[in-house]
Amino acid sequence: MQALRDAAFTHRRRRGAELFLLVLSLVVGVGAYAAVGLGVEGTVPADIVGYGGWLAALCLVCHVVVRLVAPYADPVLLPIVAALNGLGLAMIHRIDLARVAAEPDSQTFARGQLVWMTLGVILFVLVLVVVRDHRRLQAFTYTFGFAAILLLLMPLMPLIGVTRNGARIWINLGPLSFQPGEVAKVMLVLFFAGYLVLHRDALALAGRRFAGIDLPRGRDLGPVLVMWLISLGVLVFQRDLGSSLLFFGLFLVMLYVATERPGWLVVGSVMFLAGAYAGFLAFGHVQTRVNAWLHPFDPANATGAYQIIQGMYGMAWGGLVGRGLGQGDPTLIPFSYSDFIMASLGEELGLTGVMAVLLLYGLIVERALRTALVCRDAFGKLVAVGLGVVFALQVFVVVGGVTKLIPLTGLTTPFLSYGGSSLVANWAIVALLLRISDQARRPLPDLTSPEEDDATQVVNLR
Amino acid sequence: MNKPIRTMSIFCMLLFAALLLNTTYLQYVDAGSLNSRGDNKRVRDAEFSRKRGAIVAGGSSVAESVQSDDAYKYQRVYKQPRKYAPLTGYYSYIYGRSAVESSQNEILSGSDPRLFVNRVVDMLGNSQPKGGSVTLTVDPKAQTAAYDGLRALGRNVEGSVVALDPSTGKVLALVTSPTYDPNRLASHSFSDVQKAWNELTADKNRPLLDRGIQEVYPPGSTFKLVTAAAALSSGQYTPDTKVKGGASLDLPQTSTDLVNENGSNCGGDPITLTQALEVSCNVSFGDIGLRLGDDALRAQAEKFGFDQTYLNDLPGQVKSRFPESPDEPQTALSAIGQFDVAATPLQMAMVAAGIANNGTVMRPYVVDEVQAPDLSSLEKTSPEALRSNAVSSSVARDLTQMMVEVVDNGTGTTARIPGIKVAGKTGTAQSSPDRPPYAWFVSFAPADNPKVAVAVLVADAGVARDAISGSGLAAPIAKNVMEAVIGK
Repeated sequence: MQALRDAAFTHRRRRGAELFLLVLSLVVGVGAYAAVGLGVEGTVPADIVGYGGWLAALCLVCHVVVRLVAPYADPVLLPIVAALNGLGLAMIHRIDLARVAAEPDSQTFARGQLVWMTLGVILFVLVLVVVRDHRRLQAFTYTFGFAAILLLLMPLMPLIGVTRNGARIWINLGPLSFQPGEVAKVMLVLFFAGYLVLHRDALALAGRRFAGIDLPRGRDLGPVLVMWLISLGVLVFQRDLGSSLLFFGLFLVMLYVATERPGWLVVGSVMFLAGAYAGFLAFGHVQTRVNAWLHPFDPANATGAYQIIQGMYGMAWGGLVGRGLGQGDPTLIPFSYSDFIMASLGEELGLTGVMAVLLLYGLIVERALRTALVCRDAFGKLVAVGLGVVFALQVFVVVGGVTKLIPLTGLTTPFLSYGGSSLVANWAIVALLLRISDQARRPLPDLTSPEEDDATQVVNLR
Repeated sequence: MNKPIRTMSIFCMLLFAALLLNTTYLQYVDAGSLNSRGDNKRVRDAEFSRKRGAIVAGGSSVAESVQSDDAYKYQRVYKQPRKYAPLTGYYSYIYGRSAVESSQNEILSGSDPRLFVNRVVDMLGNSQPKGGSVTLTVDPKAQTAAYDGLRALGRNVEGSVVALDPSTGKVLALVTSPTYDPNRLASHSFSDVQKAWNELTADKNRPLLDRGIQEVYPPGSTFKLVTAAAALSSGQYTPDTKVKGGASLDLPQTSTDLVNENGSNCGGDPITLTQALEVSCNVSFGDIGLRLGDDALRAQAEKFGFDQTYLNDLPGQVKSRFPESPDEPQTALSAIGQFDVAATPLQMAMVAAGIANNGTVMRPYVVDEVQAPDLSSLEKTSPEALRSNAVSSSVARDLTQMMVEVVDNGTGTTARIPGIKVAGKTGTAQSSPDRPPYAWFVSFAPADNPKVAVAVLVADAGVARDAISGSGLAAPIAKNVMEAVIGK
């Protein structure tokens, strides 16, 4: 025990550093809002104090709650999220202004996004306060599984389900519309993690060897395979390509991490390629997207590639340092405020801005994976690595799609895009990561027996 | 489970590295080509509302942007629109750009990397970026002489004049007819622009076509210069060599004869090579062509620039051509510039300029200098040889002497300039029986110290068929252009 104690690195709380970084991220968010006003209208917006105050209040609430209930939590995550969310709000506001200038009756999104952000923060607080120990969540493994399936099926139900832009992934609840898939993503991570923790030994060791590959027993892999197939089937049925890709990657990565057998990645990748090719052959809309990706300037793909070309033009026009907030034409790109917000950022903040945002995303993933590394329990490890990798995949798929690295699939850009479900779900993800990192970084509990008390007295440095 | 987590972190790092590399490619490496695409509305909008640089000829601007009160802030104005249209081109919101407006767009619009510092200064000073200006090589007097000369033949006459400075390759005049008014395409009233465009593109006279560089014609007898050059270069001929003359040449493998224009006799048989060129004897040059063979003719033509593109400042230059593998009668016809030989007026001007410049053909250019908005020079084009030994200098001297004879005593007397030795060659090319022949004249002057080489083509002057000849229609225009440059 003594040796373990000595070997273990004692993390510091670093809440002061978090507060300092939060102030910096507020400067980014509020500064961007002011810059938008200057760029579009020539003056700092009149509501800057109220707006800045509201953002600051949200950040402060988050900080105080973390300080109270998760004092050892990672100090970098929250400021990054606040900076991204603030930047996204400013960009959405900027696009609102352009839309209203062109057409006075246009729908605006910034106010709604601020409301969603507030809801996100409330959920963030709730998760941190209610879930005091993430290991308790393991008890609800199957509940999360069923909830995820239910959420995924909801858009297919009559009355509440709606189809938008060809994808049936939305539900209408009165005035609110919601994308249940975003929340299902988190539930699915929790389900996979809980299930795999219980069965990882069986999955890794039991089973028979077939054609050089160790296959697990059906009863061990069955439920998770069924679960995955259902979610995939639902998504294919809903024509949500991005989410299908995301869920597949998630499943594969978590299986690999739990069993430590790289063979899963090989098998999975082969399956993915086969599935992707089958999808390409079977679905017209997939072919349209792949063609638009391969030959965007071919006149035959003019309709399919219009958005991606406009996005590329926007980013090229931005160049190294961008046109400046309010100085570009992001409204030329359809859905510049949601799926294509990265292109809008690229146009007005340039390669510099895009790189900064990508690095912030990279840091989020890095903090999640670091949390997974230092976490002491398997469930926490799996949840953290699952959330981290799914986040990385989502950023890769959406930014890669917008910048023509891979075919375009409709996904939200975390924290930046307009979209309530995504924002709220991502705030919940951050809360979970903070909770796990709090557990992971907390000094080892004092388990020494009373008799040894004197000899093993540990000086608490903090 | 830490090992797979570390593996996953490397995987995630690779994903982000791919994104960073890809955005760098998109926003830095590929940005230029994306920004120059014609359907890129945002670049077009921004450039259209910018103070675009001027296009200058002989110290005054022929295209410039003046302030306007509408959404686009600046209006492109062409001061002598029809005369300079083949050089300036048009700058249209809907239909893009042409000629120098197109090839020098980066400088004119201010997007050129060399203007980066200016853009930064403009950005810091919160003023709109401005474009640099472009100075043309054109001599306004020569341009005017060429334009007026063609214009005098009629508004819809089909033709072109190209004048070069033989020692540098500077284009001193480039005129095409029929022409158009680029102001109509640069208008901010897009419906007017559309109407003008529809009219121009539907016009059967094709006014948007730059006949100096974008269309090839049979060069007719002016091509005899190339044949003569090949003959002299072969070493088997001198200007005094006796060649076949008379009234007709029996074409091998056929039952037809090659005859002279109007079936006339060349003034004897045999005659000297000089005499043959003087009277433009088809029989002589057909026979020479047969003796030299098509390969020698093609090689000589290519030394003058045939089958190449060399004009970088104006888009759309087409290649002049000598037929691929003609049989014997076709070779004989090709030697006198008929059959499938085709050349742009610019190419024939380069033949004359190459002879004038002691056998060295210079690369033609239109942009003399590009300047930053503050008029400091960014780049001055330096002359460059396209072919340093199209003919040897002794052959060039012989050819010059023979061409002087053409103007002094032969078919080109209408190009005589008192007190100046002029070298020239006429041409009248049959294209097809149902349309009038093409009148050509290529020349340079002064013959002993050439300052200007000109090619004039008049394809359809709407005059009676027997009135069409190089000497009658084309040579007087060439004379005026040469006088304008020499200053007589």
